[in-house]
Amino acid sequence: MSQSTPARVFLKGNEAVCYGAIEAGCRYYFGYPITPQSEIPALMSSELPKHGGQFLQAESEVASINMLLGASACGARAMTSSSSPGISLKQEGISYLAGSELPGLIVNISRSGPGLGGIDASQADYFQAVKGGGHGDYRMIVLAPHSVQEMYDLTMHAFDLSDRYRMPAMLLGDSLVGQMKEAIELRPRPEVELPAKDWIVTGKGERSEQRIVKSLFLGDGELEAHNRHLQAKAEALRANEVMAEEVALDDAELVLVAFGAAARIAKTAVRMARETGLKVGMLRPITLFPFPERHLARLAETARRFLCIELNTGQMVEDVRLAVNGRREVHFYGRPPGTGSLPTPEELYEQIRESY
Amino acid sequence: MTYDVFMAGFGGQGVLMMGDLLARAAIFEGKNVSYYPSYGVEKRGGAATCTVVISDQEVGSPVIGQPGAAIILNQLSCDKYLEKVRPGGFCLLNSSLIELPANPRDDINLLSAPLTEIARETGGDRLLNMVSLGAYVTATGAVDAASLEKALEQALPKRNHRFIPMNIEAIKRGAALVEK
Repeated sequence: MSQSTPARVFLKGNEAVCYGAIEAGCRYYFGYPITPQSEIPALMSSELPKHGGQFLQAESEVASINMLLGASACGARAMTSSSSPGISLKQEGISYLAGSELPGLIVNISRSGPGLGGIDASQADYFQAVKGGGHGDYRMIVLAPHSVQEMYDLTMHAFDLSDRYRMPAMLLGDSLVGQMKEAIELRPRPEVELPAKDWIVTGKGERSEQRIVKSLFLGDGELEAHNRHLQAKAEALRANEVMAEEVALDDAELVLVAFGAAARIAKTAVRMARETGLKVGMLRPITLFPFPERHLARLAETARRFLCIELNTGQMVEDVRLAVNGRREVHFYGRPPGTGSLPTPEELYEQIRESY
Repeated sequence: MTYDVFMAGFGGQGVLMMGDLLARAAIFEGKNVSYYPSYGVEKRGGAATCTVVISDQEVGSPVIGQPGAAIILNQLSCDKYLEKVRPGGFCLLNSSLIELPANPRDDINLLSAPLTEIARETGGDRLLNMVSLGAYVTATGAVDAASLEKALEQALPKRNHRFIPMNIEAIKRGAALVEK
């Protein structure tokens, strides 16, 4: 790419994920179609071959996550994508990726549930993404874009974090950020230094040592040590990789906390509140894990009250309450999905007035 | 300055294409834009809606409760969305398919015209969205008609560029509804 400012391109969020992945050096995609993310496999199937990559529509979600595991074990940047019910099917593989310390990107353009639910914008998969939908004591990097530009940028960032910490990463979106179109800059991949992949299993060849990628640890004390090692990586993420956007927080008495689509809608509500003289700001977690708990603890010293807004019946609010730790009231406004049930900025503004 | 417009009809009327073109035209004018489509699972006949926000500032919500303008192409959408238009806003109704309510709103600039018939006279039913778009941009000044022409060139595959003059004619027919 040229050094000058890249031209703006009008893209769907789902398409931006593909261009971000390819710019980040991802050359392997494994998936199975499901609404509202099917633009991702569709575009990857036409784009990856142009870059010497491989697109594979697997026979199932379970197969595709395990293909990702295999590609990652061989050192490749690889990804899969799906939507909520499909992501549920991938949980076993995600747990194995975490246990085997393998990087890889899982994109969840989530829809509503439980069960088959519907295809509307929903944030009902927060718990599954952040608390670990698979078995075992693991953490996963979770990034939540709220614009098409971020769908592109955070896809690249997710690959870098995933490689650095040898941990699977999830990009958690929904049909609003996936289907929405905006003009974005296809920025060049940021230059970052990453540790060498000196663990990949590509055949022993002339090497003296044997490399093994596994998640089974049966030796005395071995599994405890492994779990402590995984937790140390999670701690390092908490210390170093938290990202959050601060909107009009300087003198904010009421602080909104929202991520992804809900935050995007709430931005306009914050603007409306400011125009009517209400001191309202917003903290938008960009990394859902690691969660911006220190940001919230700091805000709990100055703000009067918090209002958490989600497209579900209350998930992230539990983490907000933990971070605020009883020092301030935390109100909640949730909207479970349903056709046409996205909250409007006007409705969120009313909630702000009620909580203020 | 911010313009937001909500467009609604049934699948096949070109609602999504209309929003996409408007967004592209605004991008040509250096604006920030969001285009958010929402539609049923059907290819044709289901509800199709989209919202376009055009602004000099960062675009906040791509979803608007009370849009400043609306383009409504069928009865079902009229029954559901006419009441949502912001007071003082603009609303274009397709009277070919919509029977106006007994007390249509008097707090908005309401333009009701037989858009489907005009499209048919211009070259075919499928020009409905272009006639509508011409009327909308002329009434609100959201984008220049010339930018729509550039947007058509960008959005349509080369093999369909031969249809562009017909589309521009339809945009002009729509514009004339407002100008007269």
